[in-house]
Amino acid sequence: MYRYNDFDAAFVAERNRQFRAQVERRIDGSLTEDEFKPLRLMNGLYLQLHAYMLRVAVPYGTLNSAQMRQLAYIAERWDKGYGHFTTRQNIQYNWPKLRDIPDILDALAEVEMHALQTSGNTIRNVTADHFAGAAKDEIADPRPVAELLRQWSTDHPEFQFLPRKFKIAVTGSPNDRAVTAAHDIGIRIVERDGEIGYQVLVGGGLGRTPMIGKVINDFVSQEDLLPYVEAIVSVWNLLGRRDNKYKARIKITVHEHGIDEIRAMVDERYGELRSAFTGVDQQLFGAIKEAFAPPKFADKPLDAYQQAYDSDPVFRAWADANLWDHVAPGYAIAQISLKAHGATPGDASAEQMRVMADLAEQYGHDELRVSHEQNIVLPHVHKADLPAIHATLKQHGLATSNIGKISDIIACPGMDYCALATARSIPIAQEIATRFDELKIENEIGDLKVKISGCINACGHHHVGHIGILGLDRAGVENYQITLGGDHTEKTSLGERTGPGFGAEEIVPAIETVVQAYLDNRESADEAFIDTYRRVGMAPFKEALYGEQTSKRSRAA
Amino acid sequence: MPRAFTPKVVTANALLEGDVVYLTADDTWTRHLHEAELLTDEAHAQVRLVDASARVDEVVGVYLADMKPTDHGPEPTHFREDFRRTGPSNRNHGKQAEVA
Repeated sequence: MYRYNDFDAAFVAERNRQFRAQVERRIDGSLTEDEFKPLRLMNGLYLQLHAYMLRVAVPYGTLNSAQMRQLAYIAERWDKGYGHFTTRQNIQYNWPKLRDIPDILDALAEVEMHALQTSGNTIRNVTADHFAGAAKDEIADPRPVAELLRQWSTDHPEFQFLPRKFKIAVTGSPNDRAVTAAHDIGIRIVERDGEIGYQVLVGGGLGRTPMIGKVINDFVSQEDLLPYVEAIVSVWNLLGRRDNKYKARIKITVHEHGIDEIRAMVDERYGELRSAFTGVDQQLFGAIKEAFAPPKFADKPLDAYQQAYDSDPVFRAWADANLWDHVAPGYAIAQISLKAHGATPGDASAEQMRVMADLAEQYGHDELRVSHEQNIVLPHVHKADLPAIHATLKQHGLATSNIGKISDIIACPGMDYCALATARSIPIAQEIATRFDELKIENEIGDLKVKISGCINACGHHHVGHIGILGLDRAGVENYQITLGGDHTEKTSLGERTGPGFGAEEIVPAIETVVQAYLDNRESADEAFIDTYRRVGMAPFKEALYGEQTSKRSRAA
Repeated sequence: MPRAFTPKVVTANALLEGDVVYLTADDTWTRHLHEAELLTDEAHAQVRLVDASARVDEVVGVYLADMKPTDHGPEPTHFREDFRRTGPSNRNHGKQAEVA
């Protein structure tokens, strides 16, 4: 993976030194909160409901074991012994103290990490497929281009005061696991006549006004990508609605002007700035690419794996749910679920972080990934080692075999932590997972993505959940709306609302009703929830949800 | 008839710790809602808010939060304030842990 060069290290150290001084000046009263707030946000520091929150960037979700161990150390030394992995492939600490932040940032820098541009109106952490460099279906590893974009966007002088935040995601596989169509810019690696290039989408986003990204260019060549992306951000930087926060994202700009007009403006801007890119970026890209060269894969017999698979039903269930096809023979991508039934989605204790780091070092070519689905991935493990890996995971509450199932829920922090939230998300996720675990029908239900947001900003991606849940404040009471039919893959679609929302006590039974309607309507066990929904539409679900309620009411009357 | 004024407390987050604090009648910040000064007069509440907002080296994000009077001090009227004075519901952290 990419290692900091002297420039990167010096840059992060200088930024940390500056922020240390800014924190001191805030504490001694030289800076007001109004002056300090934009400075702390540039360094990933939020003030939430109960405490400060530090959001640490995990660029394109890639970590090595030393980094994961340092995250564990920070959790224990300066926080409450755990961290929260997010839908942006980042990690958040929920309880740091202001005075400790500079030390935390220095500790991060020791392992080539930072919290820069994890907030504020800048280009945020670039996200990528969490199976990057490992997936069998991949055209090329998306991380070199994500790293190039990270270097280009970090402290980019033109893009430090954008109309609003700006998010870029990259996938190297036609099976989009990076939700590229829900980003300001989505980049999809494609191959045309043997040449690797990029399909570029623009104007996607969830939140208050969800939009699916539109293709602005079907094929941008490698050497043209950076100037092309710069042209897009540059056009939006001028056009973007600074008058209205809710209309400032590029999705609204694209919507208001139309993709054709935006494309023409981007082409024009591209023509102006293309000559400034003299090829230095391509030299950089070459060096970055080398840093992401695949590890040397081993050739080992698979007997131990096969034996465990045949004889241990618990291991078999885990292998069936949590493994993914790896490009190298004998290897697998192993997902470590951070969704133990009843636990907080995305939380890991310091001890669990160390266990995962040790496994990566011992068995996984020292690599870990954070998925936007709030799980951890061991991207390169030999199947022969999986029984040992599974045995260790089991001892630390990390062997839940539920990837892609109903309890593998994405949930934003919601009103348990977030100052913007209008309702809680985490307890709803906990209750749904617990309930379906009790019912023992999780495997029978099969693939089903439940995504929960505690406010309209949609950090929990509820719009693209097969079942989406949005928590709102209805006259001082938590209320949950359900959407159905969302899809986060390359076939991105936005869910449709079922109707009126449900109270906190009613939402889990309502989800049970939706799932029962699916089981009643599916053609066979092979028909996944989303396929049944696409075939039968909203009507049977609506009837199950509200028809029942109406009849209950009339019975009561 | 003018709408009745909902009683309030002045609340904020502490600058250094970031946790929730409330203003008491004797102008100190307390971590405990039941010790907060309940403001029942609108004009007085505004004055208290303005004064508290000026204490920029102690607190961040000062505002007036709706409360109802009870025998054991002010109680939240909205679930957000209830979470703020308690802590998160998924872990025994925050104020609920400090009380215990």
